[in-house]
Amino acid sequence: MSVLQRPKEAYLNVFAYRMAPKEEFFTRGHRACQGCGPALGLRHIMKAAGRDTIVVNATGCMEIISSPYPFTSWAVPWIHVAFENAAAVASGIDAAIKALQRKGKIPPKKINILAIAGDGGTADIGLQALSGMLARGHSVTYICYDNEAYMNTGVQGSSATPFGASTTTTPAGKVSFGAGYWKKNVAAIAAAHDVPYVATACPSYPLDLIRKVRRSFELEGPAYIHLFSVCPTGWGTPPELTVRMGRLAVETGMFPLYEVEYGRYKLTIDFPQGLRPVEDYLRQQRRFRHLTPDVIEQIQSRVTAEYERLKKMEKVTQE
Amino acid sequence: MWYLLQGVPGPVHQDGRRGGGIMARREGIEVSIAIAEAARQANVDVVSAYPITPQTHIVEHLAQLVADGNLDADYITVESEHTAMSACVGASVAGARVFTSTSAQGLALMNEIVYLASSLRTPVVMALANRALSGPISIWNDHSDVMNERDTGWISIFANNGQEAYDLTLMAFPIGEDRRVMHPVMINFDGFILTHVIEPIYIFDDDEIADFIPPFEPIYRVHPDYPVTMGPVGVPDIYTEAKKQQDVAIRESRAVIERVFEEFAQRYGRRYRAVETYRADDAEIVLLAQGSVIEAAEVAVDYLRDQGKKVGAVELRLWRPFPFDDMKEVLCGNTIKQVLVLDRCISFGGPPGPVLSEVRSALYHEPLRPMVVGVVAGLGGRDVPLEDYVEMFQIGEDCLRTGKEPGEEPELVKIVGLRE
Repeated sequence: MSVLQRPKEAYLNVFAYRMAPKEEFFTRGHRACQGCGPALGLRHIMKAAGRDTIVVNATGCMEIISSPYPFTSWAVPWIHVAFENAAAVASGIDAAIKALQRKGKIPPKKINILAIAGDGGTADIGLQALSGMLARGHSVTYICYDNEAYMNTGVQGSSATPFGASTTTTPAGKVSFGAGYWKKNVAAIAAAHDVPYVATACPSYPLDLIRKVRRSFELEGPAYIHLFSVCPTGWGTPPELTVRMGRLAVETGMFPLYEVEYGRYKLTIDFPQGLRPVEDYLRQQRRFRHLTPDVIEQIQSRVTAEYERLKKMEKVTQE
Repeated sequence: MWYLLQGVPGPVHQDGRRGGGIMARREGIEVSIAIAEAARQANVDVVSAYPITPQTHIVEHLAQLVADGNLDADYITVESEHTAMSACVGASVAGARVFTSTSAQGLALMNEIVYLASSLRTPVVMALANRALSGPISIWNDHSDVMNERDTGWISIFANNGQEAYDLTLMAFPIGEDRRVMHPVMINFDGFILTHVIEPIYIFDDDEIADFIPPFEPIYRVHPDYPVTMGPVGVPDIYTEAKKQQDVAIRESRAVIERVFEEFAQRYGRRYRAVETYRADDAEIVLLAQGSVIEAAEVAVDYLRDQGKKVGAVELRLWRPFPFDDMKEVLCGNTIKQVLVLDRCISFGGPPGPVLSEVRSALYHEPLRPMVVGVVAGLGGRDVPLEDYVEMFQIGEDCLRTGKEPGEEPELVKIVGLRE
């Protein structure tokens, strides 16, 4: 499929990046791997969030690479406390800012509070804190950068690891095809909290990502953005193909881009001509190269069904 | 007339000083409520707490104060203690005065963030209703929860009655928030034995206490106007130095603690000391303990003194920073031949209790040190009646005579009140 055959929204999002703000708040000098998807995503996210933002970062790749004392890549106030509590620390900051502004101890000002955690810090160990934050209704945007395993500690499987992926704790072997469970749908869990805004995003679609981050801050209350983030190191993909791999994930339906605003679903990047086969995406990655046709078929049927379900949700909720 | 213009008589203290012209009213009040009132009078900005017996009445009362508009604070109804302490850290780094309260399992769950609260230098104040750690599950009082957090870098102070719990909660804010200190403070008081008891407590007038607690002015805060990076990676080049700084800071907090104790005494007449003594001046055996048991021990001391025994009691009020000098001054080079340490917690397979090993090591290099032995009692809500204290002093006498430890080999732990 050539570029021009794609729907207009899809290629605009890829090529109109010059429309993004020039200021950088997640700046150069960090120690991420070549072709790091989460680092690329963070750069876009911080352009969208802007100067008046407080960032709470869970332990993980993005925390480690950006803050080896005495260096920092952050041009905004930033705090790291622990692995599982980004949502909890952000809750405290939100409560404090509200209380201090109400009591006149600090001047009134709209401050964006952004919690950032990886898929392990979100889908696994931080899920309880995230649920608490969403349920209590804090004005916090929580972004999970999902690179589908514990990459910082050496590619161990998380509950966001996709079916069939080989990781160091879900290795493919003579009697195993890798992760034998399906990827946990944290965006759906977040949406079940009936929060104002839930979205999925991918750095390969920067304008879509920037718009979603901005939207999350416009709406009063908690927001959750699930950022699909390619990890060349962990996935075994060429670093220069990070953006392409992200696009393939979206184009195959492995990771659909949608948003849920006050319960209304909308696919923000859709492919009316149909999805590419998942094999186009899987075949290019070391973590999936052991997959046999029957496992790929299982993945294909699940992806097709999930995409259909999303389309139905969109139809039902937009009415 | 609610207000006593004659000043506030203090609890039992040696110099018998009293304040003058202090605006306070004496109320029959549940100790938990008094502690919550102290947090209100400190005008906390954020309360983040998760309910656990026997701490519940404190947080319930705070929630009601917020609901009624009597305390302008955000009460965060967190989903766990881990989040309770995490939110406390977040709120504190944002510049808020923060209060929380917990017990036992709650403290154990928040342990990871308890460490972080001190290393991030957030002056969180925690009211800790001491309770036994599971298992088997016990909601009743001992000190295993706080001893588990001994090395977390918090300032840790023990109250032995309701008045002290209220006073110390008030003092925790100016101690922790002092710019030389910037450390979290936990105030320990025994679960149920204190929390659920209605005591006559002098509650200060709000105006009276307002200027005792100056506004919290953090050195750094997370705010877009002053971008800072907090909690960066401590590479091996700097981790050791960071820990050293933390240790220096908590040791130096001792001077601020003394200043706040002194200011409180000057204003209100109740003098607090890092180490308190009771009839120890000419004593040969002193029982050293922490928390509410010390008041019962004092009754036992009186009883034995009437029989001509030279006994006394010592209260180790300030647990961290450990008051080395005070301990030496009180216990060494005088008539005291033996310190009998009462631990409310077992150090399994080690020296019987944590307080015993601390006291022993603090006195180890003193040429005129007394014998230091220990017993364990009052675990998981087991009452320690008068006869048990009498037995403890008897054990002490036997040890002094034989020169041996109380427990028999191979089990060195002597538990008083154990049902055989």
